[in-house]
Order: sequence, then structure tokens, then C-alpha cells
Amino acid sequence: MQRYVARRLVQAVFVLVGISVVAFALTHVIGDPVVLLLPFQASQAQIIAMRHLFGLDQPLPAQYLAFVRAALHGDFGLSLRQNTPAMSLVLDRVPATAELACAALALAVAAAVPLGIAAALRRRSIVDRAALLFSMIGQSMPTFWLGLQAILLFGVVLRWFPTGGSGGFRHLVLPAVVLGVFSAAGILRLTRAAMLDILAEDYLRTARAKGLRQVTVVVKHALRNASLPVVTWIGLELGTLLGGAVVTETVFSWPGMGRLAVQAIFARDFPVVQAAVLFAAMVFVLATLLTDLMYAWLDPRIHYS
Amino acid sequence: MAGGGVRPAALPRRQAWRLAWRAARHDPSAWIGAAVLAGVALAALLAPRLAPMDPDTQNIVHRLLPPGAVSVGHRFWLGTDQLGRDLLSRVIFGSRISLLIGFSAVALSAVLGTAIGVLSGYYGRLWDDLLMRITDVQLAFPSILLSLAIVAVLGAGVRNLIAVLALSGWVGYARVTRSRVLGIRQQEYIDAVKALGAADRRILWRHVVPNVLPSMLTIATFSLGGMITAEAALTFLGLGIPSNIPSWGGMLTDGAQYLSVAWWLATFPGAAIMLTVLAANLLGDWLRDALDPRADAG
Repeated sequence: MQRYVARRLVQAVFVLVGISVVAFALTHVIGDPVVLLLPFQASQAQIIAMRHLFGLDQPLPAQYLAFVRAALHGDFGLSLRQNTPAMSLVLDRVPATAELACAALALAVAAAVPLGIAAALRRRSIVDRAALLFSMIGQSMPTFWLGLQAILLFGVVLRWFPTGGSGGFRHLVLPAVVLGVFSAAGILRLTRAAMLDILAEDYLRTARAKGLRQVTVVVKHALRNASLPVVTWIGLELGTLLGGAVVTETVFSWPGMGRLAVQAIFARDFPVVQAAVLFAAMVFVLATLLTDLMYAWLDPRIHYS
Repeated sequence: MAGGGVRPAALPRRQAWRLAWRAARHDPSAWIGAAVLAGVALAALLAPRLAPMDPDTQNIVHRLLPPGAVSVGHRFWLGTDQLGRDLLSRVIFGSRISLLIGFSAVALSAVLGTAIGVLSGYYGRLWDDLLMRITDVQLAFPSILLSLAIVAVLGAGVRNLIAVLALSGWVGYARVTRSRVLGIRQQEYIDAVKALGAADRRILWRHVVPNVLPSMLTIATFSLGGMITAEAALTFLGLGIPSNIPSWGGMLTDGAQYLSVAWWLATFPGAAIMLTVLAANLLGDWLRDALDPRADAG
């Protein structure tokens, strides 16, 4: 277990280094930061002065180290549009993104897990087929289209919910449901598959042969073991959603990190883009790490491979 | 080994295809998926003949007409957009760019990912560690955001879009190939072929690659839907296909702007995306069950 934790930590650090390289390359290698920063009509002298100011006349490895040193202090430079530190702009948006992500995931879990269990228990029944159809369609619908349709029906035609923006609970409903549908589709499939796997195990037949009631068999013996892959999946999904649901936030004008990042990309505000991308990636790495460690703790058979 | 010799990989492979065929005959969803996908491909190929009107002809006289409306002797089955262009024709023409980008990105990422997976699994050690950590890094990034940022730096356009999508899609192939190759490498027949003096390259092409192909085809089919959705999402956000090419994602951008006055603009192009993606996923589901009996039959 200790060896696993140690190796897993080393791996996470390696991934973080890789992420910083990509984020650095994004602005320093693929694009020229000075050209990205300055207005199009800037003169050659201005470009050279700017290069020196940012240390861009240094060799690339030196630039990278400077970038990492600043990034470790949370310093990604100032936003080019708002003259505030890029990272604090991103952090300001975290609560909105977290609110949406948690609401969507809670809805998805509440709907998908019971349905997945029911589908597995009554395999090939109407419930099972309906559940599979729902997850198939849920995974095939582009979220921005589902979002537009939801706005159209519940916002424009029925006027039950606002069409966008944030505020009270009513603003949260549509984006959370739309974002939740896609997550629910995946969780449903996985829960069903995990339950089917477990239900086929010998020890469940034994439990039934002992004369235990179906409820006891399912709740006490099957659920606990089937929950492992599902919990892992939910952890990863949360990591992804916390990185900002770019499309859903944009469709519903939800003031989260994803929308901030998209706006920053259009404004060519690269410090903010960099901060947002790095933050999202770090959240994901952390979520994966925690999920893996929890998995290892729940299931002592796991060891690093 | 020239001519005849040991060919242990051939028989199970042919059997797999025969099993797949047999399964398809009893699986209506596979047929539906294949038929819809073929229909979309046909629409893309024959767009100029199928479309009732030119997709780019603007006519302000019949702008924002609802579906089925008749104006100046034309019937607009799906209505018209804000510039008076026929939506049905635009949806038909939109299939071209979606399929072009979808298939190109899938092909590129499949080749790239399979190659990386084979190298990683077959040569192992340092290669393996390095390549697998790179897949970790790739997976950690929010792919849409990274694609958007790269397109913003490189500039929008069809070629850049394909490259960016391919770059975000190779990880799945690499991971699955690698684990399959690790399994294959330990099989006895590989030892036998090695003992006969076959070179690494021959073993890879002759025995390893054919064995991972069915899995790769399954992933490719699933990822076709993902690529089409991702392309439409990037275009919808404004950094994908240039607006002079009719594309489903671009039409939805217009639809979002005219949501309260013209529901059809935001509805039909998205329905086309959903049908195409659903068809690819149905086909992928069947392929996974049929070609890959060991895989999870969720």
C-alpha cells in the first residue's frame, strides 16, 4: 500500500510537470507571446523592448524555469484586459463552476445509480431496455444542442426558467439538468455493467442459497462490491466537471471558469487562458489521485501495475 | 517463414468476423446504425443532387420562414435562416464537412494512437513509462479548452481543426493497444515465431497489429461520434469551421441567436448531429460485442 501511494504520488508529480510544459509550449513555442500580447500594429522596436521585458530573449529552458517558478507562486501574470492577476480571475469563478458541477453530478448520480441497479436486476426487461436507450441517446446528444432545446422549451415557450445567467436556484436548474444528462448516461451504463458482473459471482449465488432475501443480497453483498468502479468513475467525472463545463457554461451564460476561459481565448488574453487550463488540469490530476488512493484503500487487492 | 508456415493469428481473426456477421443479423440496432450512417454518407456524397436549392444562395425576401413554408414558388421543408437560405439544403451540405473532419480525425488519431500503443507495449521499459505518462498528461487537460486554445494560437481552419482533434483523440487507442500487446507478447506462439528467427518488425506487422485491429475498429467507431460532436462544439463556440462553409455547428450558432423567433434553426442541424452520432455509437456497441467478446458487454 505504501509503495503504491509513493509511486502514485511520483506519477502525479510527473504529470504536473508535463502539464506545465504543455501550458508553457502553448504560448512560448507554438505562438510568440509578444505577437500574441501586442496589438497588431506594434512597431519592431516595441516588440524588441517587450521581448526583453518578459525575458523572452533568454534561452527556452531558462524561460521555462522562470515560468514554473512564477506558476508555483500562483503567478501567471496580469490579465491583458482587466489588469488583475490572471489566477485570481480564475479563482473568482471557481464557486460558480463548483456549484454547477456538484448540482449536475448529484442529479446524475441520483437518477443513474438506481436506474442502473434496476436495469441489471431485471436484465432484458422493459426497464433495462429503456435505461439502455436513455444512456445511448444521452451520450449521443451534443450538450450545446440539448442546452439550446432546453432553453427553447422551458425558457422561451413555457417560461418556467430563465434562459441564462446566474442568480437563484431557478437559474441553476436548466444548466444542471443538461450537464447532468451526459454524466448520467455514463454512470448508468457503468452501474449496470458493474452490477451484472457482481451478480454473476459465486458468492452471490451462495448468499441466495442461504435463503437471504433478494433485498439483503443486493444491498449487503452486491452493492458494496459493485460500487468500486462506479465511485471511481464519479470521482473522475467530478474532476472533469470542476475544470469547467466549457460548452454548457457558454450556452447558459453561466459565470464559471469554462466561460471565462472561452472569453479569454476570444480576447487573446493568454495569461488567463493559461491559468484556466492549468487550474483545470491540476484539479483533474488531484481528483484522479484522490480517487485512486481511495480505491486502493477500499480494495486492498489493488497494487500498482 | 516465407509461404505456409505458422499462421496462428489468421484463423481466430476470420472466425471473429464471421461471428460478428452472425450477431449483426439478429441485432436490429446495428442495422439501424449502419443504415443511418450510410444515409448520411450518401447525403454527403450526393449533396449537390439531393439538396433542393443552393445552400449559399441568400434571399432576404424569404428570411426566417418556418418549416414547410412556400415563398416565390419554392417550398422550404425545414424553413430558412436569417439570410433566407434553405435550411434543408444547408443541413444536407453540412454533412460533408462533419464527415470529412470526423473520418480524417479518427483515422489520424487511430494510426497515431495504435502506433504509440504498439511501441509502448512491445518494447516496454523506458519507452513504455514515458509514453504512458504522456497519455496521463493528455488525459488531464480539458480537451475542448485545450483544442480551443491551440486553434486560437494556430488559427481556425479545416486542416488545423483535424490536427487538433486527432491530437486529442489518440490516447484511447494507445492505452488499449498497449494492454493488448502486453497480453499478446506473452503468448506462446510469439515465442515460437521468435525461435524461428522472425524479426521484431515482422512479428509486429504479422502477429501483433492484426490482433489489435478489431479493438481499434471498435474505438474508432465510437470516437467518430465524439469527433463530430467536438468539431460541432468548437464551431459552435466560434473557433472551428469558417462561416463560409455550411456546417452543423455553425448553423447552431445562428440558431442560438434567433432562438426566440426561429426554433427550427436551433433544432434541425443539432438533430442531424445527434442522429449521426447515435448511429456511430449503435454501430460501435455492436462491433464491441461482436468483435471483442472479451470486452465488457455493458
